Amino acid sequence: MRAFSYVSAPDVATAVRAVSETPNAKFLGGGTNLVDLMRENIEHPDVLVDVSRLPLNGVEELPDGGLRIGATVRNSALAAHPLVRTRYPVVSQAVLNGASAQLRNMATVGGNLLQRTRCLYFYDTASPCNKREPGSGCAALGGFTRDAGILGVSERCVATHPSDLCVALVALGAVVEVESTRGTRRIPLTDLHRLPADTPQRETVLERDELITAVELPPVPAAANSRYRKVRDRASYAFALVSVAAALRLDGDTITEARLALGGIAPKPWRANEAEHVLTGARATEETFDRAAAAELDRAQAVGDNAFKIELTRRTIVATLRELTHEGSRP
Amino acid sequence: MAELRVRVNGADHLLDIPPQVSLLDALREHLGLTGTKKGCDQGACGACTVLADGERINACLALAVQYADREITTIEGIDHPIQEAFVRHDGFQCGYCTSGQICSAIGMLAEHKDGMPSAVTGEPSAEGEELTDEEIRERMSGNLCRCGAYHGIVEAIGEVAR
Ligand SMILES: Cc1cc2nc3c(=O)[nH]c(=O)nc-3n(C[C@H](O)[C@H](O)[C@H](O)COP(=O)(O)OP(=O)(O)OC[C@H]3O[C@@H](n4cnc5c(N)ncnc54)[C@H](O)[C@@H]3O)c2cc1C
Ligand code: SF4
Ligand code: FES
Ligand code: FES
Repeated sequence: MRAFSYVSAPDVATAVRAVSETPNAKFLGGGTNLVDLMRENIEHPDVLVDVSRLPLNGVEELPDGGLRIGATVRNSALAAHPLVRTRYPVVSQAVLNGASAQLRNMATVGGNLLQRTRCLYFYDTASPCNKREPGSGCAALGGFTRDAGILGVSERCVATHPSDLCVALVALGAVVEVESTRGTRRIPLTDLHRLPADTPQRETVLERDELITAVELPPVPAAANSRYRKVRDRASYAFALVSVAAALRLDGDTITEARLALGGIAPKPWRANEAEHVLTGARATEETFDRAAAAELDRAQAVGDNAFKIELTRRTIVATLRELTHEGSRP
Repeated sequence: MAELRVRVNGADHLLDIPPQVSLLDALREHLGLTGTKKGCDQGACGACTVLADGERINACLALAVQYADREITTIEGIDHPIQEAFVRHDGFQCGYCTSGQICSAIGMLAEHKDGMPSAVTGEPSAEGEELTDEEIRERMSGNLCRCGAYHGIVEAIGEVAR
Protein backbone atom coordinates (compact mmCIF):
# COMPACT_ATOMS: atom_id res chain seq x y z
CA MET A 1 0.00 0.00 0.00
CA ARG A 2 1.26 3.44 -0.89
CA ALA A 3 2.20 5.70 2.04
CA PHE A 4 -0.39 8.17 3.31
CA SER A 5 -0.97 10.21 6.41
CA TYR A 6 -3.80 9.69 8.83
CA VAL A 7 -5.88 12.14 10.83
CA SER A 8 -8.70 11.27 13.19
CA ALA A 9 -11.35 14.00 13.15
CA PRO A 10 -12.91 14.95 16.50
CA ASP A 11 -15.94 16.71 14.96
CA VAL A 12 -17.76 17.21 11.66
CA ALA A 13 -16.39 20.71 11.05
CA THR A 14 -12.78 19.56 11.42
CA ALA A 15 -13.35 16.52 9.20
CA VAL A 16 -14.95 18.56 6.45
CA ARG A 17 -12.29 21.27 6.60
CA ALA A 18 -9.45 18.74 6.54
CA VAL A 19 -10.67 17.06 3.35
CA SER A 20 -11.64 20.36 1.75
CA GLU A 21 -8.19 21.89 2.31
CA THR A 22 -6.14 18.86 1.24
CA PRO A 23 -6.26 18.07 -2.48
CA ASN A 24 -5.92 14.29 -2.36
CA ALA A 25 -7.60 13.57 0.97
CA LYS A 26 -10.46 11.12 1.53
CA PHE A 27 -12.84 10.29 4.35
CA LEU A 28 -12.31 6.92 6.00
CA GLY A 29 -15.24 5.04 7.53
CA GLY A 30 -14.83 1.44 8.67
CA GLY A 31 -12.23 0.97 5.94
CA THR A 32 -13.67 -2.32 4.69
CA ASN A 33 -13.86 -1.06 1.11
CA LEU A 34 -11.35 1.79 0.99
CA VAL A 35 -8.46 -0.08 2.68
CA ASP A 36 -9.00 -2.99 0.29
CA LEU A 37 -8.98 -0.67 -2.75
CA MET A 38 -5.85 1.08 -1.48
CA ARG A 39 -4.06 -2.22 -0.99
CA GLU A 40 -4.99 -3.18 -4.57
CA ASN A 41 -3.60 0.16 -5.73
CA ILE A 42 -6.94 1.25 -7.17
CA GLU A 43 -7.34 4.18 -4.79
CA HIS A 44 -4.35 6.17 -3.59
CA PRO A 45 -5.28 9.07 -1.32
CA ASP A 46 -2.41 10.98 0.33
CA VAL A 47 -4.41 11.67 3.47
CA LEU A 48 -7.13 9.70 5.21
CA VAL A 49 -9.45 11.65 7.47
CA ASP A 50 -11.00 9.11 9.81
CA VAL A 51 -14.66 9.93 10.36
CA SER A 52 -15.61 6.58 11.89
CA ARG A 53 -15.56 7.96 15.42
CA LEU A 54 -17.52 11.15 14.80
CA PRO A 55 -20.50 11.49 17.11
CA LEU A 56 -22.90 10.51 14.31
CA ASN A 57 -23.70 7.05 15.63
CA GLY A 58 -27.28 7.42 16.78
CA VAL A 59 -30.57 6.13 15.41
CA GLU A 60 -33.28 8.61 16.36
CA GLU A 61 -37.00 8.74 15.88
CA LEU A 62 -38.21 11.81 13.96
CA PRO A 63 -41.33 13.76 14.99
CA ASP A 64 -43.18 12.58 11.84
CA GLY A 65 -42.54 8.92 12.72
CA GLY A 66 -39.55 8.58 10.41
CA LEU A 67 -36.02 7.63 11.45
CA ARG A 68 -32.72 9.46 11.35
CA ILE A 69 -29.71 7.16 11.03
CA GLY A 70 -26.29 8.66 11.76
CA ALA A 71 -23.58 8.09 9.13
CA THR A 72 -21.22 6.31 11.51
CA VAL A 73 -23.76 3.83 12.85
CA ARG A 74 -22.21 0.43 12.27
CA ASN A 75 -24.06 -1.85 9.87
CA SER A 76 -24.55 -4.41 12.66
CA ALA A 77 -26.04 -1.83 15.04
CA LEU A 78 -28.44 -0.66 12.34
CA ALA A 79 -29.65 -4.21 11.66
CA ALA A 80 -30.22 -4.88 15.37
CA HIS A 81 -32.03 -1.63 16.18
CA PRO A 82 -35.55 -2.37 17.50
CA LEU A 83 -37.21 0.49 15.59
CA VAL A 84 -35.54 -0.58 12.35
CA ARG A 85 -36.56 -4.19 12.87
CA THR A 86 -40.21 -3.40 13.57
CA ARG A 87 -40.89 -0.39 11.31
CA TYR A 88 -38.52 -1.12 8.43
CA PRO A 89 -37.72 -4.86 8.57
CA VAL A 90 -36.49 -4.72 4.96
CA VAL A 91 -33.57 -2.51 6.07
CA SER A 92 -32.49 -4.90 8.81
CA GLN A 93 -32.81 -7.89 6.47
CA ALA A 94 -30.84 -6.18 3.69
CA VAL A 95 -27.94 -5.43 6.04
CA LEU A 96 -27.95 -8.95 7.49
CA ASN A 97 -27.85 -10.43 4.00
CA GLY A 98 -24.70 -8.49 3.15
CA ALA A 99 -21.04 -9.23 3.83
CA SER A 100 -20.22 -11.09 7.10
CA ALA A 101 -20.79 -10.38 10.78
CA GLN A 102 -17.16 -9.24 11.12
CA LEU A 103 -17.48 -6.78 8.25
CA ARG A 104 -20.85 -5.51 9.47
CA ASN A 105 -19.28 -4.77 12.86
CA MET A 106 -16.71 -2.56 11.10
CA ALA A 107 -18.66 -0.97 8.23
CA THR A 108 -20.47 2.34 8.64
CA VAL A 109 -23.71 3.48 7.00
CA GLY A 110 -21.93 6.31 5.13
CA GLY A 111 -19.28 3.95 3.80
CA ASN A 112 -21.86 1.39 2.76
CA LEU A 113 -23.62 3.98 0.56
CA LEU A 114 -20.35 4.91 -1.15
CA GLN A 115 -18.80 1.45 -1.53
CA ARG A 116 -17.54 0.87 -5.05
CA THR A 117 -18.40 -1.80 -7.60
CA ARG A 118 -17.10 -5.36 -7.29
CA CYS A 119 -16.61 -5.67 -11.08
CA LEU A 120 -13.72 -8.15 -11.41
CA TYR A 121 -11.96 -6.03 -14.03
CA PHE A 122 -12.21 -2.88 -11.93
CA TYR A 123 -10.20 -4.78 -9.31
CA ASP A 124 -7.71 -6.18 -11.85
CA THR A 125 -5.27 -3.37 -12.60
CA ALA A 126 -3.94 -5.31 -15.63
CA SER A 127 -7.33 -4.94 -17.39
CA PRO A 128 -8.66 -1.88 -19.17
CA CYS A 129 -11.44 -0.22 -17.17
CA ASN A 130 -13.14 3.10 -17.91
CA LYS A 131 -14.10 3.54 -14.30
CA ARG A 132 -10.58 3.07 -12.96
CA GLU A 133 -8.82 4.67 -15.92
CA PRO A 134 -11.18 6.82 -18.01
CA GLY A 135 -10.88 6.12 -21.73
CA SER A 136 -8.97 2.85 -21.37
CA GLY A 137 -11.91 0.67 -22.41
CA CYS A 138 -14.08 -1.87 -20.62
CA ALA A 139 -12.75 -5.38 -20.15
CA ALA A 140 -16.11 -6.65 -18.94
CA LEU A 141 -17.60 -6.22 -22.42
CA GLY A 142 -16.67 -9.45 -24.14
CA GLY A 143 -15.48 -10.83 -20.80
CA PHE A 144 -17.11 -12.43 -17.79
CA THR A 145 -20.48 -10.69 -17.28
CA ARG A 146 -22.23 -12.76 -14.61
CA ASP A 147 -22.11 -9.76 -12.25
CA ALA A 148 -22.86 -7.14 -14.94
CA GLY A 149 -26.06 -5.09 -15.01
CA ILE A 150 -29.17 -5.43 -17.18
CA LEU A 151 -30.66 -1.98 -16.55
CA GLY A 152 -29.10 1.50 -16.69
CA VAL A 153 -25.67 0.38 -17.92
CA SER A 154 -23.81 2.01 -20.82
CA GLU A 155 -21.38 1.00 -23.54
CA ARG A 156 -18.62 2.44 -21.39
CA CYS A 157 -19.42 0.52 -18.22
CA VAL A 158 -21.73 -2.35 -17.30
CA ALA A 159 -20.80 -2.63 -13.62
CA THR A 160 -23.37 -2.93 -10.83
CA HIS A 161 -23.65 -1.21 -7.47
CA PRO A 162 -22.99 -3.85 -4.81
CA SER A 163 -24.77 -2.51 -1.72
CA ASP A 164 -27.69 -4.43 -0.23
CA LEU A 165 -28.55 -1.71 2.29
CA CYS A 166 -28.96 0.89 -0.47
CA VAL A 167 -31.60 -1.22 -2.22
CA ALA A 168 -33.79 -1.27 0.89
CA LEU A 169 -33.19 2.43 1.60
CA VAL A 170 -34.00 3.52 -1.95
CA ALA A 171 -37.28 1.56 -1.89
CA LEU A 172 -38.29 3.52 1.20
CA GLY A 173 -37.45 6.93 -0.26
CA ALA A 174 -34.46 7.65 2.00
CA VAL A 175 -32.84 11.08 1.98
CA VAL A 176 -29.10 11.57 2.47
CA GLU A 177 -27.82 14.53 4.47
CA VAL A 178 -24.47 15.89 3.39
CA GLU A 179 -22.17 18.46 4.99
CA SER A 180 -19.33 20.51 3.50
CA THR A 181 -17.63 23.85 4.10
CA ARG A 182 -20.40 25.27 1.89
CA GLY A 183 -23.14 24.11 4.23
CA THR A 184 -25.68 21.28 4.42
CA ARG A 185 -27.69 19.74 1.63
CA ARG A 186 -30.24 16.96 1.41
CA ILE A 187 -30.22 14.54 -1.50
CA PRO A 188 -32.83 11.86 -2.18
CA LEU A 189 -30.93 8.55 -2.28
CA THR A 190 -32.35 7.86 -5.77
CA ASP A 191 -30.36 10.89 -6.98
CA LEU A 192 -27.12 10.16 -5.08
CA HIS A 193 -25.66 7.61 -7.50
CA ARG A 194 -25.26 8.46 -11.18
CA LEU A 195 -25.75 6.22 -14.18
CA PRO A 196 -22.43 5.64 -15.99
CA ALA A 197 -23.29 7.05 -19.46
CA ASP A 198 -19.96 8.38 -20.80
CA THR A 199 -18.37 9.03 -17.41
CA PRO A 200 -18.42 5.84 -15.32
CA GLN A 201 -15.64 7.28 -13.14
CA ARG A 202 -18.20 9.75 -11.72
CA GLU A 203 -20.29 7.54 -9.52
CA THR A 204 -22.24 9.97 -7.35
CA VAL A 205 -23.36 13.60 -7.33
CA LEU A 206 -21.18 14.30 -4.28
CA GLU A 207 -18.15 16.56 -4.36
CA ARG A 208 -14.94 15.07 -2.98
CA ASP A 209 -15.19 17.09 0.25
CA GLU A 210 -18.83 16.37 1.05
CA LEU A 211 -19.35 14.27 4.18
CA ILE A 212 -22.44 12.12 4.59
CA THR A 213 -23.74 12.87 8.08
CA ALA A 214 -27.07 11.01 8.15
CA VAL A 215 -29.69 9.09 6.25
CA GLU A 216 -33.34 9.85 6.95
CA LEU A 217 -36.22 7.50 6.39
CA PRO A 218 -39.69 9.02 5.99
CA PRO A 219 -42.64 7.26 7.62
CA VAL A 220 -43.74 4.52 5.19
CA PRO A 221 -46.84 2.63 6.41
CA ALA A 222 -46.22 -0.23 3.96
CA ALA A 223 -42.74 -0.77 5.38
CA ALA A 224 -44.02 -2.76 8.36
CA ASN A 225 -44.83 -5.46 5.77
CA SER A 226 -41.55 -5.47 3.89
CA ARG A 227 -38.93 -7.98 2.86
CA TYR A 228 -35.49 -8.30 1.30
CA ARG A 229 -34.80 -11.27 -0.90
CA LYS A 230 -31.31 -11.91 -2.23
CA VAL A 231 -30.24 -14.48 -4.81
CA ARG A 232 -26.54 -15.33 -4.93
CA ASP A 233 -24.07 -18.04 -5.84
CA ARG A 234 -23.84 -19.37 -2.29
CA ALA A 235 -26.19 -19.21 0.68
CA SER A 236 -24.32 -16.50 2.58
CA TYR A 237 -21.35 -14.08 2.35
CA ALA A 238 -21.65 -13.35 -1.36
CA PHE A 239 -22.76 -10.35 -3.38
CA ALA A 240 -26.20 -10.39 -5.01
CA LEU A 241 -26.83 -11.74 -8.49
CA VAL A 242 -30.27 -10.24 -8.06
CA SER A 243 -31.98 -8.79 -5.02
CA VAL A 244 -35.42 -7.36 -4.35
CA ALA A 245 -36.52 -5.00 -1.59
CA ALA A 246 -40.29 -4.74 -1.41
CA ALA A 247 -43.03 -3.38 0.82
CA LEU A 248 -46.78 -3.85 0.34
CA ARG A 249 -49.83 -2.46 2.10
CA LEU A 250 -53.08 -4.22 1.39
CA ASP A 251 -56.73 -3.40 1.92
CA GLY A 252 -58.45 -6.74 1.40
CA ASP A 253 -56.83 -7.89 -1.81
CA THR A 254 -56.18 -4.38 -3.12
CA ILE A 255 -52.66 -2.99 -2.99
CA THR A 256 -52.87 0.49 -1.45
CA GLU A 257 -49.14 1.15 -1.28
CA ALA A 258 -46.22 -0.57 -3.01
CA ARG A 259 -42.47 -0.06 -2.76
CA LEU A 260 -40.01 -1.98 -4.90
CA ALA A 261 -36.31 -1.71 -5.61
CA LEU A 262 -33.75 -3.99 -7.24
CA GLY A 263 -30.11 -4.78 -6.54
CA GLY A 264 -27.32 -6.58 -8.37
CA ILE A 265 -28.66 -5.62 -11.78
CA ALA A 266 -27.91 -1.89 -12.22
CA PRO A 267 -25.16 0.70 -11.64
CA LYS A 268 -27.20 2.20 -8.82
CA PRO A 269 -29.76 0.96 -6.31
CA TRP A 270 -32.71 0.68 -8.70
CA ARG A 271 -36.08 2.03 -7.59
CA ALA A 272 -38.64 0.14 -9.66
CA ASN A 273 -40.97 3.04 -10.44
CA GLU A 274 -42.66 1.33 -13.39
CA ALA A 275 -43.49 -1.73 -11.32
CA GLU A 276 -44.76 0.35 -8.41
CA HIS A 277 -47.04 2.18 -10.81
CA VAL A 278 -48.61 -1.09 -11.98
CA LEU A 279 -48.96 -2.42 -8.42
CA THR A 280 -50.51 0.60 -6.74
CA GLY A 281 -54.30 0.30 -6.67
CA ALA A 282 -54.29 -3.10 -8.41
CA ARG A 283 -55.42 -6.44 -6.99
CA ALA A 284 -52.68 -8.51 -5.40
CA THR A 285 -52.68 -11.40 -7.87
CA GLU A 286 -50.02 -13.36 -9.75
CA GLU A 287 -51.18 -11.66 -12.91
CA THR A 288 -50.56 -8.21 -11.39
CA PHE A 289 -47.13 -9.22 -10.11
CA ASP A 290 -46.18 -10.56 -13.55
CA ARG A 291 -47.31 -7.34 -15.21
CA ALA A 292 -45.39 -5.24 -12.70
CA ALA A 293 -42.18 -7.19 -13.25
CA ALA A 294 -42.63 -7.07 -17.02
CA ALA A 295 -43.15 -3.30 -16.95
CA GLU A 296 -39.93 -2.77 -15.02
CA LEU A 297 -37.90 -5.19 -17.12
CA ASP A 298 -39.24 -3.94 -20.43
CA ARG A 299 -35.97 -2.11 -21.15
CA ALA A 300 -33.69 -4.73 -19.59
CA GLN A 301 -30.90 -5.94 -21.85
CA ALA A 302 -28.50 -8.81 -21.46
CA VAL A 303 -24.78 -8.08 -21.48
CA GLY A 304 -22.77 -10.99 -22.86
CA ASP A 305 -24.07 -14.16 -21.26
CA ASN A 306 -26.11 -12.72 -18.40
CA ALA A 307 -29.57 -12.99 -20.01
CA PHE A 308 -30.51 -15.36 -17.17
CA LYS A 309 -30.58 -12.33 -14.85
CA ILE A 310 -33.62 -10.89 -16.61
CA GLU A 311 -35.68 -14.01 -15.92
CA LEU A 312 -34.17 -14.38 -12.45
CA THR A 313 -35.15 -10.80 -11.60
CA ARG A 314 -38.68 -11.36 -12.88
CA ARG A 315 -39.11 -14.47 -10.77
CA THR A 316 -37.57 -12.92 -7.67
CA ILE A 317 -39.88 -9.90 -7.90
CA VAL A 318 -42.97 -12.11 -8.25
CA ALA A 319 -41.88 -14.45 -5.43
CA THR A 320 -41.20 -11.56 -3.04
CA LEU A 321 -44.55 -9.89 -3.77
CA ARG A 322 -46.36 -13.21 -3.35
CA GLU A 323 -44.71 -13.72 0.03
CA LEU A 324 -45.64 -10.21 1.19
CA THR A 325 -49.23 -10.73 0.08
CA HIS A 326 -49.53 -13.82 2.27
CA GLU A 327 -47.96 -12.07 5.24
CA GLY A 328 -49.79 -8.76 4.70
CA SER A 329 -53.24 -10.32 4.55
CA ARG A 330 -52.76 -12.30 7.77
CA PRO A 331 -55.10 -10.87 10.44
CA MET B 1 6.23 8.52 12.34
CA ALA B 2 4.24 8.70 15.54
CA GLU B 3 4.36 6.02 18.18
CA LEU B 4 1.19 4.05 18.42
CA ARG B 5 -0.07 2.52 21.62
CA VAL B 6 -2.02 -0.68 21.13
CA ARG B 7 -3.57 -2.85 23.80
CA VAL B 8 -3.46 -6.56 23.02
CA ASN B 9 -4.47 -9.42 25.34
CA GLY B 10 -4.34 -7.09 28.33
CA ALA B 11 -0.86 -5.67 27.69
CA ASP B 12 0.09 -2.26 26.27
CA HIS B 13 2.61 -2.06 23.44
CA LEU B 14 4.24 0.93 21.78
CA LEU B 15 4.69 0.51 18.05
CA ASP B 16 6.63 2.63 15.60
CA ILE B 17 4.59 1.93 12.49
CA PRO B 18 3.21 4.01 9.61
CA PRO B 19 -0.58 4.32 9.19
CA GLN B 20 -0.73 1.86 6.29
CA VAL B 21 0.05 -1.08 8.59
CA SER B 22 -3.02 -3.20 9.16
CA LEU B 23 -3.92 -4.48 12.58
CA LEU B 24 -3.18 -7.96 11.23
CA ASP B 25 0.39 -7.05 10.19
CA ALA B 26 0.92 -5.14 13.43
CA LEU B 27 0.01 -8.28 15.39
CA ARG B 28 1.94 -10.75 13.26
CA GLU B 29 4.98 -8.80 12.06
CA HIS B 30 5.50 -6.28 14.82
CA LEU B 31 4.26 -8.05 17.96
CA GLY B 32 5.14 -11.60 16.94
CA LEU B 33 1.59 -12.77 17.61
CA THR B 34 1.37 -15.16 14.67
CA GLY B 35 -1.66 -17.08 15.96
CA THR B 36 -3.89 -14.75 13.93
CA LYS B 37 -3.66 -15.89 10.30
CA LYS B 38 -3.61 -14.13 6.95
CA GLY B 39 -5.73 -15.96 4.38
CA CYS B 40 -6.86 -13.49 1.73
CA ASP B 41 -5.92 -10.06 3.14
CA GLN B 42 -9.16 -8.71 1.64
CA GLY B 43 -11.95 -9.44 4.09
CA ALA B 44 -13.10 -12.56 2.27
CA CYS B 45 -12.07 -15.50 4.47
CA GLY B 46 -12.17 -14.63 8.19
CA ALA B 47 -8.79 -16.23 9.07
CA CYS B 48 -7.69 -12.89 10.58
CA THR B 49 -10.69 -12.55 12.92
CA VAL B 50 -9.84 -10.97 16.28
CA LEU B 51 -11.95 -9.32 18.97
CA ALA B 52 -12.00 -5.54 19.49
CA ASP B 53 -13.70 -4.78 22.82
CA GLY B 54 -15.27 -8.19 22.43
CA GLU B 55 -16.60 -7.55 18.90
CA ARG B 56 -15.32 -9.71 16.07
CA ILE B 57 -13.61 -7.88 13.20
CA ASN B 58 -11.34 -8.72 10.26
CA ALA B 59 -7.86 -7.52 11.27
CA CYS B 60 -6.71 -7.46 7.62
CA LEU B 61 -9.01 -4.56 6.68
CA ALA B 62 -8.48 -2.73 9.97
CA LEU B 63 -5.76 -0.11 10.02
CA ALA B 64 -3.89 -0.47 13.32
CA VAL B 65 -4.19 3.29 13.95
CA GLN B 66 -7.97 3.01 13.84
CA TYR B 67 -7.93 0.48 16.66
CA ALA B 68 -5.33 2.12 18.91
CA ASP B 69 -7.73 2.77 21.76
CA ARG B 70 -9.54 -0.55 21.59
CA GLU B 71 -8.90 -3.67 23.65
CA ILE B 72 -7.76 -6.30 21.15
CA THR B 73 -7.98 -10.01 21.95
CA THR B 74 -6.25 -12.57 19.75
CA ILE B 75 -6.18 -16.36 19.98
CA GLU B 76 -3.10 -16.07 22.22
CA GLY B 77 -5.27 -14.34 24.82
CA ILE B 78 -8.16 -16.79 24.74
CA ASP B 79 -8.99 -19.52 27.22
CA HIS B 80 -12.54 -20.66 26.46
CA PRO B 81 -14.48 -23.96 26.46
CA ILE B 82 -14.97 -23.60 22.69
CA GLN B 83 -11.32 -24.58 22.19
CA GLU B 84 -11.74 -28.02 23.73
CA ALA B 85 -15.04 -28.44 21.94
CA PHE B 86 -13.22 -27.93 18.63
CA VAL B 87 -10.81 -30.72 19.57
CA ARG B 88 -13.61 -33.06 20.68
CA HIS B 89 -15.65 -32.52 17.52
CA ASP B 90 -12.83 -32.47 14.95
CA GLY B 91 -13.54 -28.82 14.17
CA PHE B 92 -10.38 -28.54 12.08
CA GLN B 93 -7.94 -30.38 9.90
CA CYS B 94 -4.93 -28.22 8.94
CA GLY B 95 -5.84 -25.64 11.58
CA TYR B 96 -5.17 -22.57 9.47
CA CYS B 97 -8.66 -21.12 9.84
CA THR B 98 -9.05 -22.24 13.46
CA SER B 99 -7.88 -19.20 15.42
CA GLY B 100 -10.23 -17.07 13.33
CA GLN B 101 -13.06 -19.56 13.82
CA ILE B 102 -12.54 -19.54 17.60
CA CYS B 103 -12.43 -15.74 17.90
CA SER B 104 -15.41 -15.45 15.59
CA ALA B 105 -17.42 -18.03 17.54
CA ILE B 106 -16.78 -16.18 20.82
CA GLY B 107 -17.88 -12.90 19.24
CA MET B 108 -20.89 -14.62 17.73
CA LEU B 109 -22.05 -16.12 21.03
CA ALA B 110 -21.90 -12.66 22.62
CA GLU B 111 -23.85 -11.12 19.72
CA HIS B 112 -26.54 -13.78 20.00
CA LYS B 113 -26.79 -13.20 23.75
CA ASP B 114 -27.27 -9.47 23.08
CA GLY B 115 -30.20 -10.20 20.76
CA MET B 116 -28.40 -9.55 17.46
CA PRO B 117 -30.51 -11.09 14.68
CA SER B 118 -29.13 -12.91 11.64
CA ALA B 119 -30.36 -13.30 8.07
CA VAL B 120 -32.18 -16.50 9.08
CA THR B 121 -33.73 -15.15 12.29
CA GLY B 122 -37.47 -14.55 12.09
CA GLU B 123 -39.56 -11.72 13.50
CA PRO B 124 -38.24 -9.72 16.45
CA SER B 125 -40.63 -11.69 18.69
CA ALA B 126 -38.68 -14.87 17.94
CA GLU B 127 -35.77 -13.52 19.99
CA GLY B 128 -33.96 -15.50 22.65
CA GLU B 129 -34.36 -18.63 20.59
CA GLU B 130 -31.64 -21.19 20.79
CA LEU B 131 -28.86 -21.24 18.27
CA THR B 132 -29.96 -23.81 15.72
CA ASP B 133 -27.42 -25.32 13.33
CA GLU B 134 -28.91 -23.11 10.61
CA GLU B 135 -28.30 -20.03 12.77
CA ILE B 136 -24.74 -21.10 13.55
CA ARG B 137 -23.97 -21.67 9.87
CA GLU B 138 -25.34 -18.28 8.86
CA ARG B 139 -23.70 -16.39 11.73
CA MET B 140 -20.35 -18.08 11.08
CA SER B 141 -20.43 -17.59 7.28
CA GLY B 142 -17.66 -15.00 7.50
CA ASN B 143 -15.20 -17.78 8.34
CA LEU B 144 -14.27 -20.09 5.51
CA CYS B 145 -12.55 -23.43 6.06
CA ARG B 146 -10.62 -24.74 3.09
CA CYS B 147 -10.46 -28.19 4.70
CA GLY B 148 -14.24 -28.26 4.95
CA ALA B 149 -14.36 -29.02 8.67
CA TYR B 150 -17.72 -27.27 8.87
CA HIS B 151 -19.64 -30.18 10.42
CA GLY B 152 -17.26 -30.35 13.36
CA ILE B 153 -17.20 -26.56 13.70
CA VAL B 154 -21.00 -26.35 13.85
CA GLU B 155 -21.16 -29.24 16.35
CA ALA B 156 -18.48 -27.72 18.58
CA ILE B 157 -20.16 -24.32 18.67
CA GLY B 158 -23.58 -25.90 19.16
CA GLU B 159 -22.34 -27.88 22.15
CA VAL B 160 -20.97 -24.77 23.86
CA ALA B 161 -24.02 -22.65 23.00
CA ARG B 162 -26.59 -25.13 24.34
C1 LIG C 1 -15.51 -9.80 1.41
C2 LIG C 1 -16.56 -8.72 1.39
C3 LIG C 1 -17.87 -9.05 1.15
C4 LIG C 1 -18.84 -8.07 1.12
N1 LIG C 1 -20.14 -8.42 0.85
C5 LIG C 1 -21.09 -7.45 0.78
C6 LIG C 1 -22.44 -7.76 0.46
O1 LIG C 1 -22.80 -8.94 0.25
N2 LIG C 1 -23.34 -6.75 0.41
C7 LIG C 1 -22.99 -5.46 0.64
O2 LIG C 1 -23.85 -4.59 0.60
N3 LIG C 1 -21.73 -5.13 0.93
C8 LIG C 1 -20.78 -6.09 1.01
N4 LIG C 1 -19.49 -5.75 1.27
C9 LIG C 1 -19.13 -4.33 1.29
C10 LIG C 1 -19.30 -3.66 2.62
O3 LIG C 1 -20.67 -3.55 2.91
C11 LIG C 1 -18.66 -2.28 2.48
O4 LIG C 1 -17.27 -2.45 2.33
C12 LIG C 1 -18.94 -1.38 3.66
O5 LIG C 1 -20.32 -1.16 3.82
C13 LIG C 1 -18.24 -0.05 3.49
O6 LIG C 1 -18.35 0.70 4.69
P1 LIG C 1 -17.07 1.29 5.42
O7 LIG C 1 -17.54 2.14 6.54
O8 LIG C 1 -16.11 0.23 5.76
O9 LIG C 1 -16.50 2.21 4.24
P2 LIG C 1 -15.02 2.66 3.88
O10 LIG C 1 -14.30 1.54 3.25
O11 LIG C 1 -14.39 3.33 5.04
O12 LIG C 1 -15.36 3.79 2.81
C14 LIG C 1 -15.98 3.51 1.57
C15 LIG C 1 -16.07 4.82 0.79
O13 LIG C 1 -16.96 5.73 1.42
C16 LIG C 1 -16.32 6.95 1.73
N5 LIG C 1 -16.89 7.36 3.01
C17 LIG C 1 -16.95 6.65 4.16
N6 LIG C 1 -17.72 7.29 5.08
C18 LIG C 1 -18.11 8.46 4.50
C19 LIG C 1 -18.94 9.55 4.92
N7 LIG C 1 -19.50 9.58 6.13
N8 LIG C 1 -19.13 10.57 4.06
C20 LIG C 1 -18.56 10.58 2.84
N9 LIG C 1 -17.80 9.56 2.38
C21 LIG C 1 -17.59 8.52 3.19
C22 LIG C 1 -14.84 6.65 1.75
O14 LIG C 1 -14.09 7.78 1.41
C23 LIG C 1 -14.75 5.56 0.69
O15 LIG C 1 -14.69 6.15 -0.59
C24 LIG C 1 -18.49 -6.72 1.34
C25 LIG C 1 -17.18 -6.38 1.61
C26 LIG C 1 -16.20 -7.37 1.64
C27 LIG C 1 -14.79 -6.97 1.92
S1 SF4 D 1 -17.83 -2.72 -16.32
FE1 SF4 D 1 -17.17 -0.70 -15.60
S2 SF4 D 1 -15.96 -1.20 -13.80
FE2 SF4 D 1 -16.09 -3.10 -14.99
S3 SF4 D 1 -14.33 -3.10 -16.40
FE3 SF4 D 1 -16.00 -2.14 -17.50
S4 SF4 D 1 -15.67 0.04 -17.08
FE4 SF4 D 1 -14.52 -1.05 -15.51
S1 FES E 1 -7.20 -12.48 5.91
FE1 FES E 1 -8.68 -11.13 6.68
S2 FES E 1 -10.51 -11.95 5.91
FE2 FES E 1 -9.01 -13.19 4.92
S1 FES F 1 -8.94 -26.51 9.17
FE1 FES F 1 -7.85 -26.20 7.33
S2 FES F 1 -8.77 -24.37 6.64
FE2 FES F 1 -10.06 -24.89 8.24
